[in-house]
Amino acid sequence: MLHTFVAYVEDRPGVLTRVASLFRRLNININSLTVGRSERPGLSRLTLVCEASSEAGDRIRASLFKLENVVDVDDIAQAPSVTRELALIKVSATPRNRAQIFDLAEVFRARIVDLTSESLMIEMTGVESKIEGLIEVLREDDGRILEICRSGKMTMRRGHHVSSVVKAMGVVEGESAETEEEQVDEAAADEAV
Amino acid sequence: MGHKENAKTKAHGANGSAATPTTNEADPNAHLTTPTRLTGSEILWATLVGEGVDTVFGYPGGAILPAYDALRKFPIRHVLVRHEQGAAHMADGYARASGKVGVAIATSGPGATNLVTGIATAMLDSIPIVCITGNVSSKVLGTDAFQEVDITGITLPVTKHNFLVNKADDLAHALRQAFQIARSGRPGPVLVDITKDAQQATAEFDFEAAKPRTYRPHPMLHVDDSGLEQAAELIRNSKRPVILAGHGVMESRAMEQVRTLAERAEIPVGLTLLGLGGFPASHPLSLGMMGMHGEAWVNHAIQEADLLIACGMRFDDRVTGTLSTYATKAKKIHIEVDPAEINKNVKVDVALVGDLREVLEQLLPRISGRDGSAWLKTIEASKGAVAVRDINNLPDSGHLYAAHVMHDLWRITGGDAVIVTDVGQHQMWEAQYFHHDEPRTLITSGGLGTMGFALPAAIGAKFACPEKEVWVVAGDGGFQMTAAELATIVQEKIKINIAIINNGYLGMVRQWQEFFYERNYESTPLVSPDFVKLADAHGIPGRAVRKRSELEAAVKAARSAPGAYLLNFMVEKEDSVYPMIPAGSALHEMIRRPENDPLEEKAEDK
Repeated sequence: MLHTFVAYVEDRPGVLTRVASLFRRLNININSLTVGRSERPGLSRLTLVCEASSEAGDRIRASLFKLENVVDVDDIAQAPSVTRELALIKVSATPRNRAQIFDLAEVFRARIVDLTSESLMIEMTGVESKIEGLIEVLREDDGRILEICRSGKMTMRRGHHVSSVVKAMGVVEGESAETEEEQVDEAAADEAV
Repeated sequence: MGHKENAKTKAHGANGSAATPTTNEADPNAHLTTPTRLTGSEILWATLVGEGVDTVFGYPGGAILPAYDALRKFPIRHVLVRHEQGAAHMADGYARASGKVGVAIATSGPGATNLVTGIATAMLDSIPIVCITGNVSSKVLGTDAFQEVDITGITLPVTKHNFLVNKADDLAHALRQAFQIARSGRPGPVLVDITKDAQQATAEFDFEAAKPRTYRPHPMLHVDDSGLEQAAELIRNSKRPVILAGHGVMESRAMEQVRTLAERAEIPVGLTLLGLGGFPASHPLSLGMMGMHGEAWVNHAIQEADLLIACGMRFDDRVTGTLSTYATKAKKIHIEVDPAEINKNVKVDVALVGDLREVLEQLLPRISGRDGSAWLKTIEASKGAVAVRDINNLPDSGHLYAAHVMHDLWRITGGDAVIVTDVGQHQMWEAQYFHHDEPRTLITSGGLGTMGFALPAAIGAKFACPEKEVWVVAGDGGFQMTAAELATIVQEKIKINIAIINNGYLGMVRQWQEFFYERNYESTPLVSPDFVKLADAHGIPGRAVRKRSELEAAVKAARSAPGAYLLNFMVEKEDSVYPMIPAGSALHEMIRRPENDPLEEKAEDK
């Protein structure tokens, strides 16, 4: 099954190697990995998606915790969460067929972020299936897609907070009004596809 | 202590006007509490002294020279090894014998890579050591400079953690953290790689300020009332329970607690190789070693058990045999400090994830007296037939068997010795025939199975407990891998007894060839030097032993010799370790010593 781990790691040289090396040792392929700064100073937050047996989750999480530079690990598993991916897609487009792509972008709620006489760049954020959907539609025209750059998944639990900083602030875990709004939004987005 | 005063005087001299510590010259530990400006090299040794280190094992070289230059100012004994692998094994042996952190030191490049086997050995057996390596100056890191190697990269999978320090300011903190990591939780090796310029630069040294953050236990440790109650319930209701005691019993110093559990609930105890000594072999509830070369009754008991209580062990494949057939009738309780070990090989019913001693302290009040006599009788009955066929019980025919050597060593020393074995047949015979009643009296490479371990590890063990009798027990193959350390013994003037179990083969490999490769003895017959002459060349006396009748006098000669002594036991060449569970078989499907074994001593041989 697909496992999603969210981890807070020290922001210093060599830390990513240690995380990656753990998966290499377990002979597990990393499907996607995103890393960036977090709300906690000196700590990066990463989202790592990998394919492993359903029982492997606990062991991987325990092994991640054993890395000295790893501060916090959450195994998202089936927990309610929001997952997004960012894609930049460059497609060939001439003044004659641009309008068609503009329409597509509109339907997918994507944005055009660069435009030249021969190509344009689409930026899209969403769940994986939505991005796959756009790519599929774009591929209907052979040779139209010039480049694809995808960020990999970023995941955050709904309601529940991983961050001990937030825990320390005494924020009560649980669903909030905002969460429902997100769900609605996502449902709407999926419908659009 | 002249050393320490020198250190301080020197430090002040170098320091000039930077800091003016008002230390009391009479206080030998002043340098630890008063912030002082020191070179990185001095910080290295001062931090080690602060961490309680008095002996290190190492080999100098270009990139670690500044550190060696500063060594004379500190009260640390440096043991010059003959190969850096020896340094790592010595630190390992030191740690295993003492329970303290062992320290090895080497230069960059080949010095560092030579440590790797020793580091991996410590990793697989969870031994706390700190390895210090020099590296090229930080300016040329990553340029393939002379003797440069990415040792933190190389050792990443075989260390618990490692550090690359390229600033003198970071050194004390990294080192103190290294010690904390090495000894905390599930212990293990840590490497600190220090660039040459970091050794040469100066920095403010404040031992107290360099103290690492309070150790944070693994967040997935989990012991709760319901788990404890479930475990107690399983123990109460079991008819055929067995305790499996591993290395963790010693690491968490839970010998008393395991013993109390066993005695109170009348549960027999099987031991892993590294667990030997954690529960007294002479105890009526002791079953001895389990697993691939465990005695038949232990493995049968495990296969028949309805409850296994695993204490500080990790269900290694050498212990379980084929997993699908392992103890299928038994519920399993796993008490273990490393959450990553839970359900790794064997699915358990109750996992108590925490320090063994602490968990048992919580569990014991829930355990009341229990009558285990029926099950104990069943196990005792199963010993009968097996024990008679034990080679040890056969009359002396004049032949010399390795098993005899182990048994007699045990008998003559009264078991009161630290035995350091190598890897192979002799290691298994030792485990079977030398009965360990005390923890830390058997030092052996279990997980990695590192040949060449015995001699250097024994040197480390001797430094850890100079008052104890230390024996190297090694095969003729493994001994030659690190025999150069004989010179270290002589240079350091230490007393170690060496028993070479010499059968002219790489015995365990030959045994596998005999059983599984149609006796195709490819590359296992082994020509060795005359080990007695080799010892003599080092100024170490010794003698060869060819008959069992010569054994006792020889062992006594070794024990009474003032310095090191080597015994070359010329044992039966093609003897095998029995019983044996072939790889891929179930625990009860063992190969027994054959009835018509041509090697077996018979009454008529007399």
